[in-house]
Amino acid sequence: MNAATKMASGLALAAILATPALAGPDDDNLIVNGEIEMITETAAPAHMEYVDTIYSGWRFRSDETQVVQTDDFDNPGMIWVEAAGEVWETADGSEGKSCASCHGAVDEAMKGVRAVYPKWNDERGEVTTIEMEVNNCRENRMGADKWKYAGGDMTNMVALISSVSRGMPVNVAIDGPAQATWEAGKELYYTRTGQLELSCANCHEDSYGMMIRADHLSQGQINGFPTYRLKNTKLNSVHARFKGCVRDTRAHTFAPGSAEFVALELYVASRGNGLSVEGPSVRN
Amino acid sequence: MASGVKPRVKVPKSADAGEVITIKTLISHKMESGQRKDGDGNIIPRSIINRFTCEFNGEMVIDVNIEPAISTNPFFEFEAKVPESGEFVFTWYDDDGDVYTTTKKITVG
Repeated sequence: MNAATKMASGLALAAILATPALAGPDDDNLIVNGEIEMITETAAPAHMEYVDTIYSGWRFRSDETQVVQTDDFDNPGMIWVEAAGEVWETADGSEGKSCASCHGAVDEAMKGVRAVYPKWNDERGEVTTIEMEVNNCRENRMGADKWKYAGGDMTNMVALISSVSRGMPVNVAIDGPAQATWEAGKELYYTRTGQLELSCANCHEDSYGMMIRADHLSQGQINGFPTYRLKNTKLNSVHARFKGCVRDTRAHTFAPGSAEFVALELYVASRGNGLSVEGPSVRN
Repeated sequence: MASGVKPRVKVPKSADAGEVITIKTLISHKMESGQRKDGDGNIIPRSIINRFTCEFNGEMVIDVNIEPAISTNPFFEFEAKVPESGEFVFTWYDDDGDVYTTTKKITVG
């Protein structure tokens, strides 16, 4: 074989290797700590018109990233969950109360909470997120300063609350008093924003599995939030991620904690009804 | 002492004689490199863990020098062959002179 042929065959081989693996989610199973079996794939809830099967974002990540989530010792998000566990027990504010003063042990009191939020709150007459409930407690029961909606303290606390529901299926209610908010969220999901004129659906419904430059597009499920991201080495909240996505369409974004993002969170959460709560998950 | 420092170690509780086990360690530490500046342009002083060791029944298993480029919350995973029951001693040395120690017992048999 002369040098030219060698080079040509080398190039052909490189071309084969460079062909992107055919899109889609992989076939891996997620089991955390050898005991929590996660549902990462299931039939789409009835309200979804254009998708038959829903997948956790975990199924779209590389094996190296996936494995980090399979053990709490390896999952860097658990460092902040542990830190929030101490905050849970620590009194703050003028009333001298901690979260534990009223709620008791987090793993009993908060089990199942993450799976059903955002949720209609009768007393307040609106759909509330876990963040809103935490700040409601801080302000009105503890007499403490509110936390910034997508700040570190808040996101760590949400991760703690989420961690005790891991493995339970997401099951947010979209009917009854929550329906109007859910409809508003759906409207936002399908509305194109920004100079790039992209809606959530353009990437996460029409194009999941494809590459957007170097990123493997998932369905944009939020069952894994708060999520530890390798790119910024901290826990990220749902609304911070929404903000990043809307910003990427080159639009002015809504603020974390805004009514728009609360509605969008309810709608996106409902698209994951049936998947396991994974937060704190690990993504790139 | 640097705030929020907490060592964590994962070692199997038991093993067969001569078995090679996997040990995972992590210490939460901000690992300030000494190369960053604060809002006023002043250099934030270096504050890192500069050495990590693991001993088993008095014998050194691993001894690591750590430099400022190591990430926040340094994580070390390594293997060790355990010939007998005993105790692992893990030690982290902080720039500020603090020493953090954790021990884990393992039963062979």
